[in-house]
Amino acid sequence: MPTNILICGVGGQGIVLTSKLIAAAAMAEGMPVMSAETIGMAQKGGSVFSFLRIGDGAHCPMFGEGTADILIAFEPAEAVRMLPYLKADGRAVVNTHPIMPVTATLKGSDYTGEEMLDYLKAHVSALDLVDGEKACEDIGSPRALNMIMLGAAVRSGVLPFDISTIEDTMKATVRPQFVEMNSKALHYSE
Amino acid sequence: MHKEFLMGNAAIARGAIAAGLNVVSGYPGTPSTEVLETAAKYNASADKKNLYVEWSVNEKAALELSAGAAYCGARSMVTMKQVGLNVASDPLMSLAYIGVKGGMVILVADDPGPISSQTEQDTRTFAMYSKLPCFDPSSVQEAYDMIQTAFEYSEKYHTPVIFRPTTRVCHGYASIDVKDEDEYNLNKPEGFVRDPSKWVIFPRLSFQAHTNIEKRNTELSKVFSGSGLDPVINPSDSKIAVASHGINYAYTMEALAALDKTLPVLKVGTPFPFPEEQAAEFLKGREKVLCIEELDPVIERALIYVCGKYGLDTRICGKLSGHIPAAGENTVASVTNALADFMGLELPASAVHEPPPPLPVRPPVLCAGCPHRASFFAVKTAMQGKKSVFCGDIGCYTLGNAMPLDMVDTCLCMGAGVNIAQGINHVEPDTNCFAFVGDSTFFASAITGAVNAVYNQADMTLVILDNSTTAMTGHQPHPGTGRTMMGEIVSKINIEEVLHGVGVKTVETVDPLDLKAAVDCVKRVSAEKGVKAIIFKSPCAVLVKGGKPSHIDKDKCRNCKRCVNLLGCPGIVMKDGRPAIENSLCTGCGLCAQVCPFDAIGGADNAD
Repeated sequence: MPTNILICGVGGQGIVLTSKLIAAAAMAEGMPVMSAETIGMAQKGGSVFSFLRIGDGAHCPMFGEGTADILIAFEPAEAVRMLPYLKADGRAVVNTHPIMPVTATLKGSDYTGEEMLDYLKAHVSALDLVDGEKACEDIGSPRALNMIMLGAAVRSGVLPFDISTIEDTMKATVRPQFVEMNSKALHYSE
Repeated sequence: MHKEFLMGNAAIARGAIAAGLNVVSGYPGTPSTEVLETAAKYNASADKKNLYVEWSVNEKAALELSAGAAYCGARSMVTMKQVGLNVASDPLMSLAYIGVKGGMVILVADDPGPISSQTEQDTRTFAMYSKLPCFDPSSVQEAYDMIQTAFEYSEKYHTPVIFRPTTRVCHGYASIDVKDEDEYNLNKPEGFVRDPSKWVIFPRLSFQAHTNIEKRNTELSKVFSGSGLDPVINPSDSKIAVASHGINYAYTMEALAALDKTLPVLKVGTPFPFPEEQAAEFLKGREKVLCIEELDPVIERALIYVCGKYGLDTRICGKLSGHIPAAGENTVASVTNALADFMGLELPASAVHEPPPPLPVRPPVLCAGCPHRASFFAVKTAMQGKKSVFCGDIGCYTLGNAMPLDMVDTCLCMGAGVNIAQGINHVEPDTNCFAFVGDSTFFASAITGAVNAVYNQADMTLVILDNSTTAMTGHQPHPGTGRTMMGEIVSKINIEEVLHGVGVKTVETVDPLDLKAAVDCVKRVSAEKGVKAIIFKSPCAVLVKGGKPSHIDKDKCRNCKRCVNLLGCPGIVMKDGRPAIENSLCTGCGLCAQVCPFDAIGGADNAD
């Protein structure tokens, strides 16, 4: 059975690169991998997702509801939106920092993210909350979020490889001047 | 052979190159764009450049160019999305009669949902209408292998063939087996051999060609039946079975695994000419078959036809019988439910969760700093209180329809806006009719509309939103950019000169981010009679490095929220009940500073 991974968030948060790194790490370990992600108009500030499957037995990149082993959510409301895909005993790694949609800004909506976190706490048994905003401040770059989330996801032990594989893959992928920042982000909160 | 992690579209390009591709042309459109881009990238890195790659000005030009190459014995491919085939349908229908010498694949990506298209049309139906063989891959690996097969069939039968993946195959990624370069086929074109009895279409030739096409398609139906391209998976004498295609085949296999059942599945890889004999053999002795398809019920209708023709009493179910939704995209879950229902199985009750709190909706919006926002706002401001209609077109700027801009009254298809505006003007002469069109769309199909407007004495304002790229599909070059896919720097085709050339007398170019100048320009130009044009020129915000973000001076801000309510820019958010700049998104375009009545926004490079 393959390991099913669902990454979600808002367009522009670095979800596609995160997905690519997980796939490359799986390839480096010699495991078959499939993925599918949002491309096109929805990337412009819309809800985006990436489905990933690592291991034998997958027919297509997308999997059904209730079958994700891990949900890596870059935004609390997006975590709730995609929660139906998570297995009953699946793990969710969630960034606590909310992103206001433009429509909420216009209507003066009171969305704060807190109500989403309360819902997640009540419905997910294996929940890791990550304060992505604070972590980015500590590391000194808003672009570190994807590596912070990826590091937290790998440490949960659900992905079929360890942090050193991901770190090697990252080093081979990003430009040299960003390696140090990304390494720090991968190991944040260890 | 080696393994690579490839996107479906990249696999298609790489498969075509392995098959000896000489020429590839196309017009960008989701979900097809990455096929041609992958070919261009490969070309840029290859030692010997055996491949000619171009983004053509539109799909009709692209298809005709690839046909010319195939007349010479080249292996050629033309790429487009499903609605692009409508633009290319004139040459397509005739080329089916003329045929080709070298293998020619017409790659048309369909978009069930639709996710980013105007229609849910099915290119399998178009293949049937144009009488061209059609290939429908179900996975990234199959797309890589099948495109090579498609070239072989095209060359063997001297006909262009259609290759039509859907979004989930185009944009899915998988680690697949690909050939090493020394395993590639090399195709050396013979060149054009003059033969007017072959290459010049005439009624008499067409009559003969039509006869030959029907004969060939009857033969191909038999050939496909024994080809292995339409295999039966899990063969057994089960009374019930499934027929499917493309990504739906993969959903079916996932659903059967989830239900812990095994059923025979006819996987239709060549929907046209339909493999009748294979299908008849598959249907024999079955009580009922569920056709799991997206878009048109192509397989369902074909199987109903086969039942009639071969005297079979199998009940064929699918979209027409209400077992599968008539429109939209299928999913693993929807197919699992449909299969369970069809097999009379109880689905295990899914865990009932307390309904979640209301989720924020995130419709796509124009990016922070997008010059289109400024252009729309300038026209809106200038035309306040005047009877106006704003005709939109296809591109990022269709998003000008969103609140609070609300500046797109019509949108039909590529290049339509300029002609729709004329139609409205002839019925409502007292209305100020505007047509908004992007630079790439202008070159693709709005020039004829401008000529039509001038010649037929329309009264309208043509607004060109020139951001110097094809932004929606990922920044492809076009005739106005001065770059080609072969890496050449060429002279740009100037939109202002084109408009003057076709007889538009007033053409003014203005920077939309200079709000006052832009509003004045719209007032002045739109007041003139006849056809007049405004070119809003400012580069796509994604392409230029953003400037210093703006800053809101809390002492000056009186919380009137004009910046939020007028512009709808994702770079301005509400924090603790007051507008605040989202630094990670703001490009410092300075538009908000120009709408603030209290001079509270500043700091950006362009603000002063």
